[in-house]
Amino acid sequence: MSTKLVQGYEVVIGFETHAQLSTQSKIFSRAPIAFGAEPNTQACAVDLALPGTLPVMNKGAVERAIQLGLTLGSHIAPKSIFARKNYFYPDLPKGYQISQFEIPVVQGGEVSFFLNDEKKTVRLVRAHLEEDAGKSLHEDFVGMTGIDLNRAGTPLLEIVTEPDMRSSDEAVAYAKELHKIVTWIGICDGNMQEGSFRCDANVSVRKPGAEMGTRREIKNLNSFKFMQQAIDFEVRWQIDQIEDGQAIQQATVLFDPDTGETRAMRTKEDAADYRYFPDPDLPPLVIDEEWIARVRSEMRELPRVMAERFVRDYGLPEYDAAMLTQSQQMAVYFEAVAKACSQAKLASNWIMGDLSRRLNAQEMTFEQMPIKAATLALLITRIQDGTLSNNAGKQVLDALWVEGGDVDTIIVSKGLKQMNDTGALETIVDEVIASNADNVAQLRAGKEKAFNALVGQVMKASKGKANPQKVNDLLKIKLS
Amino acid sequence: MSLNPQDIQRIANLARLSLDESQSTRMREQINGFFDLVTQMQDVNTEGIEPMSHPVDLMQLQTLRLRDDVASEPNQRETNQRSAPAVERGLFLVPKVIE
Amino acid sequence: MDELNRGGVAELAQQLRNKKISAVELSQHFLKRAKADQHGSFLQNGFNEEATFRQAREADALIAKGDASPLLGVPIAHKDIFVTQDFVTTAGSQMLNGYQSPFDATVVRNLGVGHGGAGMVTIGKLNCDEFAMGSSNENSAYSVVKNPWDASRIPGGSSGGSAAAVAACVVPAATGTDTGGSIRQPASFCGITGIKPTYGRASRYGMISYASSLDQAGPMARSAQDCALLLSSMCAPDLDRDSTSLDIAREDFSKNLMTPLKSAGKNGALKIGVPHEWSMGTTARGKAKQIDESISLNISNALKQLQQSGAQLVEIDLPHAHLAIPVYYIIASAEASSNLSRFDGVKFGHRTSSPVDLIDMYKKTRTEGFGDEVLRRIMIGAYVLSHGYYDAYYLKAQKIRRLIAKDFEAAFQACDVIAGPVAPTVAWKLGDKADDPVANYLADIFTLPASLAGLPGMSIPVGLDGANMPIGMQLIGNYLYESLLLNVAHQFQTITSHHTLKAGGVV
Repeated sequence: MSTKLVQGYEVVIGFETHAQLSTQSKIFSRAPIAFGAEPNTQACAVDLALPGTLPVMNKGAVERAIQLGLTLGSHIAPKSIFARKNYFYPDLPKGYQISQFEIPVVQGGEVSFFLNDEKKTVRLVRAHLEEDAGKSLHEDFVGMTGIDLNRAGTPLLEIVTEPDMRSSDEAVAYAKELHKIVTWIGICDGNMQEGSFRCDANVSVRKPGAEMGTRREIKNLNSFKFMQQAIDFEVRWQIDQIEDGQAIQQATVLFDPDTGETRAMRTKEDAADYRYFPDPDLPPLVIDEEWIARVRSEMRELPRVMAERFVRDYGLPEYDAAMLTQSQQMAVYFEAVAKACSQAKLASNWIMGDLSRRLNAQEMTFEQMPIKAATLALLITRIQDGTLSNNAGKQVLDALWVEGGDVDTIIVSKGLKQMNDTGALETIVDEVIASNADNVAQLRAGKEKAFNALVGQVMKASKGKANPQKVNDLLKIKLS
Repeated sequence: MSLNPQDIQRIANLARLSLDESQSTRMREQINGFFDLVTQMQDVNTEGIEPMSHPVDLMQLQTLRLRDDVASEPNQRETNQRSAPAVERGLFLVPKVIE
Repeated sequence: MDELNRGGVAELAQQLRNKKISAVELSQHFLKRAKADQHGSFLQNGFNEEATFRQAREADALIAKGDASPLLGVPIAHKDIFVTQDFVTTAGSQMLNGYQSPFDATVVRNLGVGHGGAGMVTIGKLNCDEFAMGSSNENSAYSVVKNPWDASRIPGGSSGGSAAAVAACVVPAATGTDTGGSIRQPASFCGITGIKPTYGRASRYGMISYASSLDQAGPMARSAQDCALLLSSMCAPDLDRDSTSLDIAREDFSKNLMTPLKSAGKNGALKIGVPHEWSMGTTARGKAKQIDESISLNISNALKQLQQSGAQLVEIDLPHAHLAIPVYYIIASAEASSNLSRFDGVKFGHRTSSPVDLIDMYKKTRTEGFGDEVLRRIMIGAYVLSHGYYDAYYLKAQKIRRLIAKDFEAAFQACDVIAGPVAPTVAWKLGDKADDPVANYLADIFTLPASLAGLPGMSIPVGLDGANMPIGMQLIGNYLYESLLLNVAHQFQTITSHHTLKAGGVV
């Protein structure tokens, strides 16, 4: 197990992620939760904490918590309790947040992913349901702040890890994996610009073998790039402090993307005494085995399970299986291609290679993939059966991507059919050997590069259409 | 259990109240008077007793009812904001929040 | 006119159905009385004539169509802790001076005109202790309320305005709320009948929260029969809006009023449990010293009359009941401290005029908006929940609460209802305990236990003391046994006339 040290220090990171759930209505009220509405048009009496209002729990939020728990191999608590977290802030209308404290709905579980070919596992402590706060708008008003409570009451799952991560790379990889999971199973839309997926990173450093260092919490990281930058800066900052003889004070910090630095926040309240107690307006949440079984049976195949199946049934390496199950669409696509052409590894290569490159370059998602699975399967088949060389295959792919059409038509119209006819090839090979006596001599003298030159000559003579493998074989036979 | 003036300060701050000197003193006396009553609680043996957050649990254990995930609240911003101290362009205004 | 004033709810409804008077005429009559009321019962800017008459006209239209609902067109007033769309709601506090709720409390809807409600016409809002915290109505930010029986005395609290208005025949009925005795005690002090149902029977949606696990709405009127009618309409499951509302069928609480006591019990004759800790000389163990002599006397007489009517008395124990005072005030204050955090000057209600910054705004707004008793309970509540004290206070109190509830569970094995005092004294003089919060708390000793256990409790008038001040007797029932309580009360009221006595000077 490799641990990357920074200036001799071990980095210890834990994450708390707030994922907004993709329900229709809020967690405790029936107001809608669509992003971008006019201020306070999606804040009903309950959300505004008007006198006399009371919370009523949204079944959809609980279902999504169960789905996450099942996905991560967690324990779903048969009984969990909602508690009030009491503090004052203008975006918190009741003066308390309804959350879960001692007994959360999801307990334990883990998230696994690959970091540079090495498999990592981050353990979860818990995931609990709670309500989101509203928003403060500082810019538009002089000396005042505008409060929009549309977001107040949006259901959140707060997902808390053990401090298992040891580098910013690992932390970002974890965050990306979690992001993939919650979008895959459909409980969160994952839109980080809109605030659907926000991470807080708890960062500390220590000399290897020493006690845990004091941690500082970097709040509200809503892009993977910022996560990386923020953690890297924070780590270097903490190390500098320690090296200067300064002790690290526990603090909440914000990352400033403009300066690339983290900076401690003014404390909202001294020593944050939240005075948690069970919310008397909400009886305990009971989840029975039948409900869990029903949710389990209705869920899409989980990425973990699918990846294991790809390894088992298609003989894919673990790494490939993990990459292909990055998104639901990609995994389904892969399987369709693999089934149609029976070439799982080649399908994997094409998807992870050429297709992904093109998607990324054009900032497209897999849902926008212009090439049907059957089409790619056919392309792979044509390469396997010798009709196309690999290079020609890439040209066909280009054409398919830009113009559409079908594989066989493009092969013909672009004259890409590979020359397989042994007889015709032999003729060309003989001609090349005959007219390249120097190369042949060099080859016999032991210079291996000369062989490639001869292959090149044959390819040129055949205008690139010769089947390179056959050319290789023929040359070897004739020159031996 | 006796509260000292620092306790009163701390609690008042937590609860976002500001008591002047005489209010604080009077408050402290009255609260300590109340806590004299509370001492009798400490002698009661509650070993193995579950706390009772929901009063009718002895009749029937209450569990959380779950409603269907439907957004049925219409936009009623005007009515909901009619008792608001300061509103502009639909936003509640407060003295500037410094983070 | 005198008849109108003295008329109970059932009688007035009858007159409306018989077209002897219209709902508009009735509401005009009572609205005039309400506005002229000298006891301080009504919130002065809590009237809305236009709304009152609109409701009355709607009621008349329904009556004309032949609708014979038992409460249709009868006037009522609501404790100012219930939010109402058409009438200002203050909760007795400066914090909500002039507050206009965009919705009605469910209980108000259930009793009101339209939406399938009972068709009662709202006259106005009734003064109460601030945020329902208090036992004397001296904690109202607007005015004290005077007991109609003696204007130098308190009416009780927190539903003091409700009790006084009904006792003075300014309205035939009122809604109240009871968290630690706030229906039962003022009913007792003002010589009227009031009932707090089982926790969860009446919806808390729209009832401004004081202590969420204790608050319950209930009717206050001048007879058990009236209370039964009102309670039947008030109580219904509100599953969509209140997660603590019980999912049980609506009940007609009038159905058993006529059952004779000799067959009202679960095994034949009604068994009335008398806690020896609360004894009033009816058992061998002697009287409890803290109760006024006249109260003991009148309650023993009442119990004797019930015996004569076929009930049996049984001695029972409530060994943990005396702990109800610290347990209640810790739990109620803790919940209140959190429930009142929403009053921050941001979205509604009072805001201080020139805040320096946000923290200043919070502190000044809240300190200006809340009265002393409320501030006290917020402080106690925040303290008992705070880090390091939660286990010793809040958690401990919730455990003892279970012990208190279990005492009742055991007691109800041996009896059908429990009888006892409502308060150790009659209504005291205004100002007597105003500076002594703990003295106020101690006076709640008899009503708090049933509140903590979530059990239904009633107060019925059983006599007057030497100074002509009313005395009430408390009846406590097992969970969901409101109709038994009302039955016993009604039977008592058919053989006695204490409940018909009117305060001196009431027209």
